[in-house]
Amino acid sequence: MSVLQPPAGPRTTEGPVPFLSRLHEWVATTDHKKLGVMYVTSGIIFLIIAGLEATMMRWQLAWPGQDVVGPEEFNRLFTMHGTTMVFFVGMPVLLGSANFLIPLMIGARDLAFPRLNAFGFWLFLFGGLLLYFSYFGGQGLYGMGSAPDVGWFAYAPLTERTFSRGHSTDYWILGIFVAGIGSTATGINMIATILGMRCRGMSLMKMPLFVWIMLVDCFLIVIALPPLAAAQILLLFDRQLGAHFFDAQAGGSALLWQNLFWFFGHPEVYILILPAFAFVSEIIPVFSRKVIFGYPLMVAATVAIGFISLGVWVHHMFAVGLSPLINVIFMGSTMLVGVPTGIKMFNWVATMVGGRIRLQTPMLFSLGFLCQFLLGGLTGIFLATVPFDWQVSDSYFVVGHFHYVLFGGLLFAILAAIYYWFPKVTGRMMSERIGTWQFWLLIIGFNLTFGPMHVSGMLGMPRRIYTYQLDRGWELWNLLSSIGVIFQLLAFALLVWNLLRSVFKGREAGDDPWDAWTLEWSTTSPPPAYNFDEEPVVHSRRPLWDLKHPDDPDWRYE
Amino acid sequence: MNGWNSLRDIIAVVSGANSHGSIQRPSMFDPAGEPAALVLDITWLLVGICGAIGVVVLAIIAFSLARCRAIPGDDREPAQVYGSNPIELAWTVIPLLIVFVLFMVSARGIFELERTTPPEGAIEVTVVGHRWWWEFDYGDLGVITAGELHVPYDEGKPTDIYLTLESADVAHSFWVPQLGPKMDVIPDRINHLWLQANRPGTFVGQCAEYCGNQHANMLITVVVEPRKDFEKWLSNQQRPAVEDPSVAEGRRLFLRTSCINCHTVRGTVANGTFAPDLTHLMSRNVIGSGVVRNTHDNLREWVWDPQNIKPGCEMPSMKLTREEVDLVCDYLETLK
Ligand code: HEC
Ligand SMILES: [Cu+2]
Ligand SMILES: [Cu+2]
Repeated sequence: MSVLQPPAGPRTTEGPVPFLSRLHEWVATTDHKKLGVMYVTSGIIFLIIAGLEATMMRWQLAWPGQDVVGPEEFNRLFTMHGTTMVFFVGMPVLLGSANFLIPLMIGARDLAFPRLNAFGFWLFLFGGLLLYFSYFGGQGLYGMGSAPDVGWFAYAPLTERTFSRGHSTDYWILGIFVAGIGSTATGINMIATILGMRCRGMSLMKMPLFVWIMLVDCFLIVIALPPLAAAQILLLFDRQLGAHFFDAQAGGSALLWQNLFWFFGHPEVYILILPAFAFVSEIIPVFSRKVIFGYPLMVAATVAIGFISLGVWVHHMFAVGLSPLINVIFMGSTMLVGVPTGIKMFNWVATMVGGRIRLQTPMLFSLGFLCQFLLGGLTGIFLATVPFDWQVSDSYFVVGHFHYVLFGGLLFAILAAIYYWFPKVTGRMMSERIGTWQFWLLIIGFNLTFGPMHVSGMLGMPRRIYTYQLDRGWELWNLLSSIGVIFQLLAFALLVWNLLRSVFKGREAGDDPWDAWTLEWSTTSPPPAYNFDEEPVVHSRRPLWDLKHPDDPDWRYE
Repeated sequence: MNGWNSLRDIIAVVSGANSHGSIQRPSMFDPAGEPAALVLDITWLLVGICGAIGVVVLAIIAFSLARCRAIPGDDREPAQVYGSNPIELAWTVIPLLIVFVLFMVSARGIFELERTTPPEGAIEVTVVGHRWWWEFDYGDLGVITAGELHVPYDEGKPTDIYLTLESADVAHSFWVPQLGPKMDVIPDRINHLWLQANRPGTFVGQCAEYCGNQHANMLITVVVEPRKDFEKWLSNQQRPAVEDPSVAEGRRLFLRTSCINCHTVRGTVANGTFAPDLTHLMSRNVIGSGVVRNTHDNLREWVWDPQNIKPGCEMPSMKLTREEVDLVCDYLETLK
């Protein structure tokens, strides 16, 4: 089906390579594709770990008064679950996919600074291992504590020495701090690459939406991560050098931490969800066989989201008793950010309307993303409304909301991306049949687990409780949530099986299995180390469409 | 707790077989006052607007899935539509308008709910959050108590409750959904919260900001009782502890043990402020901020080893013998 000439260069002819030199090749690599694969693979491994932590929590909460884990262990579980999911699943998957795809999409041979890229990856991995080492090292000389138990946003002054003895919180600080340096470096690297290394003909407005969205995303990373790093260093001063920045008992400010953390934390939410937008902005058009609807508005909406998301952080602090005026202002900005997000939603749907939709796995998961992210977005409007937020903030409603956004949204988009780009990465297709089963199991499991949380939250159940009283009216909803986990476990087992089996036994994919339009599909699968034989030249946003339809090329209309 | 027993309990609860007298479930859909009702009104507005948007978008997705599917064997590409200015303008402007309406409605709600002065005739109480219990200080009324907040109710007139919120250690959050929204309790801040109760009853809630180990068991009980019951409760609370000679031995033991470093019993040398005031312990229905009911056995279990009941709580087991526990508790049980 490919209308392209295969690249003339030799495909690597492999004899059996000894294990050690293969290992060395991976460890010492600066190839953006290898690093991308390592990022995403470690992200998936952390995903499984954090998922199992969540399973323990749901087991404990299945009904009131359970004794599966004690309070201390439970508090560690939700701290590690949240921290892992945000910093060691979301971040590596986003950086990994940007790593793998951006040079290919813009027709470059590698990132601008390949060695900085490798440095970023290893810092990330080291940070993750440091965090998990706390399970052993957190005991420290004091012999108390193990993994951190302060929650993923680690509110002061709970993190001060007075309340958090031992070393667990130090591990939390350092693990994230180290990984954050890596992410910031990679963000800078990505920006330099996108701005400086595009192939001929690819002006900014001819970049694939994926690249645009990742560009904005990396700007957010570079702006938002340093304040977190600063706050963490201040906290480390408090803990190790006896400073009192956040030590309310000694005149420090608990609110200062909240402000600093959420000044990072809210953009972070968008840093995580923007890649999901990037994935589906590529996948939905290809599987609807239609060009993306309203490209310029999509770009504008992305940039708008980037800007506005820097000015909404106080919506995490509506209940701390700030003045009505501040609350009103941040309610306004938070509601406003819903508008560009809505525009994106409408444009994706408009891309589907009038298309010829092919319901293969990448599209299935993208549809899952659309519907569930829609719900998560709408409950986001609920939460932006301050009076409603005052009732349910820090309740299970919030847990339901952000899982619809990050799991129903981001993770479903990630799965769509895995099914979509796996052939490019490995040269083999994943099984559609297993993929479809996984999709439906996950749809059931996900909604069964997180839908009821909205109800239990509105019935008064706060988050982060290891047990609850009988007869609060929460029993049924928690039981349903926990049952949903069983479906999810099956779904993820299928995913792992599908990945492993397809790497070795999957059907040969060919260069362009989905009949797609962006540059990465014009090279071999997997792409050679140098990506392209000759530097590509593009005339439109869909270079491969132009090639496949020389009579009706895109550049006439753009 | 045994798994099967609790499963049986759940079935009983879900089917409504045992409803616990007048204790209300902490649902925001069952408001017992103006603040909670106002929030509920806004909630229904949100449900309406967001529900409509959701239904429309889902319907369009469903439509495109039903009508715009690829036909096997037909490889033609559909018409490529690059965009449409009027349509895109429409779905930029309409959401802006919707957001504006929502913004105006809830901005009014904010100013109405966030009060910095107490409403006329409100009962004012200072609430201090401790890990993991609540202290209630009635100020001029001269009462300091823990675990249960009592407020009066006059027939036909909703009681305004105006709380001043302070924390002794880390951040907490005071949340009784039926009486109104929540408010964080933060160590370097003084916050205020306006609640209202328009009927008598026992309302429950709990701490909503993660505050460490026993966050889950930092429960709140608000007792809204007819004015004359409240007055009776109040005048009892204002008195120092009873001295009952029949439990003199237990009393001596209590005063000799380091209980007094943490607890206060007014009228004795016990004047610790780290832990709940025990002067009128027996006027409370619950102990441990609500983890268990205040019964003969529970009290003994608590004093024997609170870590069995509320593992991780800030009261250590005092390593008394069973006999000593009995003596001390016999004394505690006179603290009506
Ligand atoms: C180190 C300080 C400390 C000491 C010593 C101590 N307690 Fe406590 N006690 C507490 C704290 C803190 C609580 C509240 C626990 C909670 O609810 O989380 C408490 C709760 C109680 C309660 C329940 C009160 C209520 O209304 O919930 C009783 C009864 C009690 N203690 C009795 C005693 C007795 C009797 C002794 C001595 C044998 C004692 N305590 C020693 C700290 C202490
Ligand atoms: Cu936010
Ligand atoms: Cu708490």
